[in-house]
Amino acid sequence: MSDTATVHAHQFESLEQQKEADVLGMWTFLATEVLFFGGLIMCYTFARLHFPQAFEAASHRLYVGYGGPNTAILLCSSFTMALAVRAAQLGRQKALVRFLIATIVFGLGFLVVKGFEYHTDYVEELVPRFHFHWEGDQAGHAEIFFWLYFVLTGLHAVHVTIGVIILSVVAVLAARGKLSGEKHITAEITGLYWHFVDIVWVFLFPLLYLIGHR
Amino acid sequence: MKAATAENYLSEHSVSSWLLTTDHKRIGILYLLSIIVYFAIAAVAAALMRIELLTPPADLVSAETYNKLFTLHGVLMVWFFLIPSIPAVLGNFVIPMMIGARDVAFPKLNLLSWYLFNIGGLCALYAVVWGGVDTGWTFYTPYSTTYANGHVVTMIMGVFIAGFGSILTGLNFIITIHKMRAPGMTWFRLPLFIWSLYATSLILVLATPVLAITLLAISVERLWGVGIFDPTLGGDPVLFQHMFWFYSHPAVYIMILPGMGVISELITCFSRKKIFGYHFVAFSSLAIAVIGFVVWGHHMFVSSQSVYAGMVFSILSFIVAVPSAIKVFNWTATLYKGSVAFDTPMLYALGFIGLFTIGGLTGLFLAAIAVDIHLHDTYFVIAHFHYIMVGGMVLSFMGGLHYWWPKITGRLYPEAMGRLAAMITFIGFNLTFFPQFLLGYLGQPRRYHAYPEEFQIFHVLSTAGASILGVGYLLPLLYFVWSLKYGKKAPANPWQATGLEWQTPSPPPRDNFDEIPIVTEDPYEYPAEAEAPPQPEPQHV
Repeated sequence: MSDTATVHAHQFESLEQQKEADVLGMWTFLATEVLFFGGLIMCYTFARLHFPQAFEAASHRLYVGYGGPNTAILLCSSFTMALAVRAAQLGRQKALVRFLIATIVFGLGFLVVKGFEYHTDYVEELVPRFHFHWEGDQAGHAEIFFWLYFVLTGLHAVHVTIGVIILSVVAVLAARGKLSGEKHITAEITGLYWHFVDIVWVFLFPLLYLIGHR
Repeated sequence: MKAATAENYLSEHSVSSWLLTTDHKRIGILYLLSIIVYFAIAAVAAALMRIELLTPPADLVSAETYNKLFTLHGVLMVWFFLIPSIPAVLGNFVIPMMIGARDVAFPKLNLLSWYLFNIGGLCALYAVVWGGVDTGWTFYTPYSTTYANGHVVTMIMGVFIAGFGSILTGLNFIITIHKMRAPGMTWFRLPLFIWSLYATSLILVLATPVLAITLLAISVERLWGVGIFDPTLGGDPVLFQHMFWFYSHPAVYIMILPGMGVISELITCFSRKKIFGYHFVAFSSLAIAVIGFVVWGHHMFVSSQSVYAGMVFSILSFIVAVPSAIKVFNWTATLYKGSVAFDTPMLYALGFIGLFTIGGLTGLFLAAIAVDIHLHDTYFVIAHFHYIMVGGMVLSFMGGLHYWWPKITGRLYPEAMGRLAAMITFIGFNLTFFPQFLLGYLGQPRRYHAYPEEFQIFHVLSTAGASILGVGYLLPLLYFVWSLKYGKKAPANPWQATGLEWQTPSPPPRDNFDEIPIVTEDPYEYPAEAEAPPQPEPQHV
């Protein structure tokens, strides 16, 4: 609407009020996201309590060689995101753009690794219903594990994809100088979302990959 | 000067000025128009069911059609009428004005909510038109995931999408109430309508995502043919019930808390008194929201839930009745020695108190495990929740709509017709649903289109009541539309009510206030002595 960075939207009385509303809005949204993933993690808890052996056996079929590096990638992306937010606060345009791009690259890297992993899962016949083969007597329970695995990681991947799209938009805005001055709040809010996506994975990784590892 | 006062939020007339509006007042009206459509469709389904039930044998519709009718009625009434009714229509319209703000915190998000709501609604209607869904509004597994025919996934996606609309509405309200209050509008100067909608928004934001993920899980299970609720794999259909009711029981409070908020406004205004025990009424809203999250198991007393879980859920369900009772007592105490005026909104409010009390007390019957085993899945349950949903929420919605109608449209509705409609609604409602308590107690299960002959008298009474209730709904529709053109012009404050929304012209200007007001006093400061007819003699002791 307006190019001057200090103008606030008409419904607000001051820019300060607008910033506080934006940040609180994102936190509230993240609360709904916690409950969204929480529902599935509740299902997971239920199933794991009932079929501990099947879950352990099924978990061993997942490759920490995919999940581990992916965890590292996302943690790095959170680091670059934090640096991007800092750069935005300090008004360093170029650094902001660079760190945003780094975060995007990490996010895409995560998705690529995830894609390869899904392919491996398919080849090894771990896709419930369509391509599933299980040696042993608890095939149904293992199928439930992989159902949860695909739904949880799939939903997470959707969130990463949305995050990458948002980051790209923010990066373009930053490169055009639209995030100067007080508008750095946009970068901060994006950062909150991205850190959340990262934290979800930090929970998913041990829940899915590390059952029974000592 | 005339030109200045004529400019208001309704001045622009183009279609795009409505469909692309970010004005909370216009979005409230958009919601009003959409929910009337969904309400009408769901009401027709109910009417067909009532006609079928006039006679014991199945004659009008087949068993399957009957199942589709009550599913349609449930889905549309719950998600596309009751949940958005007061929050998205009246809440959208008055929250910013009540707290002295120019708009909600995120106006574009607000419009997005409306679009999501209607995309969801169209999905649901599509599912209905192209074959229907017969699972009931609760989508219980494994029927919904494996055995049901029809467009279950389309219907579920409709609810899923509309759910995001309600999450965003709740989010918007929370931020608006936190951050947009006018100077001097402290938390304890907020009108109680705001407190109850704040509590409602917390539920919307925290419970709806669980519904979303549950609906997603059954859709995936239905499409993929495999899932966590599938008993053949070792999954558990009752897990679905837990997750569904973890949302849907709090959702019951989404469908009553806003009504309670409206009643607090109406009772104070029409008895010209300060609310009795402001803090108790305010905090009881939050208490209902919080305790409402931990009572879901009372829907599963007979679904293989453990006895001990059943006992805990039973006790918690008794406890959640306490804050509701506090509200009822405080409203009644507010009436005491007030100068009560029986205007239309007040008639609805008084009707609410009586019907909500009956609905709430019969809820305690159902919270007692032993009684519930007899009454579970009978007409008693139907009567109980209709006393809350219709006797409570619909009556308060109608009361609120009449109360704020002059503010919304700038016109007065015909008062005599209003009172008549309120009385007809009250009579029709009781005649429809009171016999169902008896039916249920005598053992008629819900969801059947045919029944033994000895139950016929109750069904005839109920159907007769439903016809009267229908008139009670149609009348306001007619005179509201009539009033748009022929109603008297409304002054800024036709009820001499307190509250910031009445300090701005009717209809309000685009930005609500020419100048943001500064709040210096508590809500409901009704000048009882000055306004009431002169009564110089001292009170009798």
